[in-house]
Amino acid sequence: MKLAYAFPLAALAAAVATSAQAETITVATVNNNDMVIMQSLTEAFEEAHPDIEVNWVVLEENVLRQRLTTDIATEGGQFDVMTIGTYEAPIWAERGWLAALEDLPASYREDDLLQPVRDGLSYEGKLYALPFYAESSMLYYRTDLFEEAGFEMPEQPTWEQVREWAAELHDPDNELAGICLRGKPGWGENMAFVSTLVNTFGGRWFDEEWNPQLDSQAWQEAISFYVDLLGNYGPPGASSNGFNENLALFSRGNCAMWVDATSAAGKLYNPAESQVADRLGFAPAPVAETPKGAHWLWSWALAIPATSEKQDAAQAFLTWATSQEYIELVGETEGWTSVPPGTRQSTYENENYQREAPFAGFVLDAINSADPTDSTLEPSPYVGVQFVGIPEFQSIGTQVGQTIASALTGDTSVEQALQSAQRATERTMQRAGY
Amino acid sequence: MSKTRASGRTVGGLRSLSLQAPAVTLLLLWMLVPLGMTVWFSLQRYNLLMPGMEGFAGLENYEYLFTDPALWRAMGNTLLLVGSVLVITVGGGVLLAVLFQQEFPGRGIARVLAISPFFVMPTVSALVWKNMMMHPSNGVLSWVAELFGLPAVDWFSSLPLTSIIIIVAWQWLPFALLILLTAMQSLDDDQVEAARMDGAGPIAVFFYITLPHLKRAISVVIMIEMIFLLTIFAEIYVTTSGGPGLATTNLAFLIYIQALLDFDVGLASAGGVVAIVLANIVAIFLVRLVAKNLEN
Repeated sequence: MKLAYAFPLAALAAAVATSAQAETITVATVNNNDMVIMQSLTEAFEEAHPDIEVNWVVLEENVLRQRLTTDIATEGGQFDVMTIGTYEAPIWAERGWLAALEDLPASYREDDLLQPVRDGLSYEGKLYALPFYAESSMLYYRTDLFEEAGFEMPEQPTWEQVREWAAELHDPDNELAGICLRGKPGWGENMAFVSTLVNTFGGRWFDEEWNPQLDSQAWQEAISFYVDLLGNYGPPGASSNGFNENLALFSRGNCAMWVDATSAAGKLYNPAESQVADRLGFAPAPVAETPKGAHWLWSWALAIPATSEKQDAAQAFLTWATSQEYIELVGETEGWTSVPPGTRQSTYENENYQREAPFAGFVLDAINSADPTDSTLEPSPYVGVQFVGIPEFQSIGTQVGQTIASALTGDTSVEQALQSAQRATERTMQRAGY
Repeated sequence: MSKTRASGRTVGGLRSLSLQAPAVTLLLLWMLVPLGMTVWFSLQRYNLLMPGMEGFAGLENYEYLFTDPALWRAMGNTLLLVGSVLVITVGGGVLLAVLFQQEFPGRGIARVLAISPFFVMPTVSALVWKNMMMHPSNGVLSWVAELFGLPAVDWFSSLPLTSIIIIVAWQWLPFALLILLTAMQSLDDDQVEAARMDGAGPIAVFFYITLPHLKRAISVVIMIEMIFLLTIFAEIYVTTSGGPGLATTNLAFLIYIQALLDFDVGLASAGGVVAIVLANIVAIFLVRLVAKNLEN
């Protein structure tokens, strides 16, 4: 028994001894493909910074959020670098939980970062997180199926057209769904998509006095449309499909169309990961009443909690992982379709990337044209396209996401679902003192 | 019942009290500190995302909790889940125990196989059921349905609570079987033999001899399962996340949502206190019931 313990202990002691002068930073990140690549390239960072060692905590998105939020809110100080999104960055910065990222080295080329992405990660004009990758949303479709059926994809599809195509192409006997969309409940899952749908139907989450608008006509229309479209022409089990499930379905050829994040494009165009790489078409996210807010804006970014005692080492890591050099490193080692998209102008000026990624210019446009400060037809008091930039939204979005999912499965009617969503949101807002 | 200690001798006086004090104090701390903190937090306005809003809230958290339609749905789901699983496991357990008591070739192996689901971790069994059994396109159940020309069932969206009940019952049936089978082995064969000779059929033997004999074991199974089933969480978390809507949200999952998705410590603690009260009410009735059965 004792011996069995002694060996790992000795090994540990040896490891500590050799790295006595090195500083260890703990990086918490999400298990998305791009971050897994970042983890695999740690060695390159450690070679360039021999005095820093990186310790990884890689978690699934929901779990990561819980761990990070509880850690930062209770000042636990477990992590030196945190992976957060456009939603958290300004809210956490306002609470003084994040270290402001001032005086970045000139070599970092801060002005190369795309403006909307940068704005999304700033609070009162100061940058609090550096974007690792950024995304908007778009429509993917199968060109072979469209040709066969004689459909033509216009420059800007409408949701009505999408429904007609989905109805025609839907073929459950051959395991082909007319359309795949997010159905899994959660504010970052189905509600991200549903919010853009509501936006383009002319709806909004709150009016200017912060009164919830979930029982409005626009929400009714949007949700009825969503339930009808996905319920009738979606894949089986649609209510438990999130981004990853749909990505798998679409790349296996089980969906004729899919509206989701632009960050999926790199994987769908990679023949090693996708069976539909050679018959893939794309178009802007469909619109209904208004083009406003039809496509979202999101970025995964790296930030340093104010509690970290290793700010300098953490900042060295941040600037490395989000730099132009890192993007080039990934392009050379992993292939150019795998580089983290949407963060830097220079990525889109890179000839290699332009050649390998036919969607590059399109994604750049989508990101640049998404406006979180003006995403609804009627004026709204909040910032964010597919979310509401207030702390209560996590709770509201999760609850409403659940009720929308129950409308999708037919557990409740759309009208009932929206009424209970409205009541729940009113309660949460009242409790928060609005 | 006479007032004797477990050791069989009556003790009293200051000296023995002082000897017991450290152990009793430790046990009390062990129990009272977490309980006290939960009660304290439940009276606070305390949301992790809202620093600076903390303060004494009185009964506000309870007010919100009891006016929340989700609470009643969750309580209903909890009772439905516990009740259904108990009926299935006890009913099925008794039948299987009678079957596995019979002599047949390979009985030992069959018994081990029947009991083994209990040793699968809840998260693992939930994953297996979700992805390999109940999945609408890859699942075994949809394959079976197809064999008979029936449409595949999307279990977790069309029958969410039923699916959870099936998974949990599958896990706990072996437990009931294990206890009841052990009880069966103490059944006096002579008694059965005598009944047979008096002309009792197998059904009469079951109802007049086997079932009364199993009464104690059944009440033990009910009590132990009840305690564990009230807090079912992993199966729900892995498969449906409490949904769709609130269809599979039980009390434990509701508290999880409040604490770790909404980060509302105050409200979650209030939910925790309600759960403790509920569990105690159930426990009091159960302990009485079981004690009565054991005394007889």
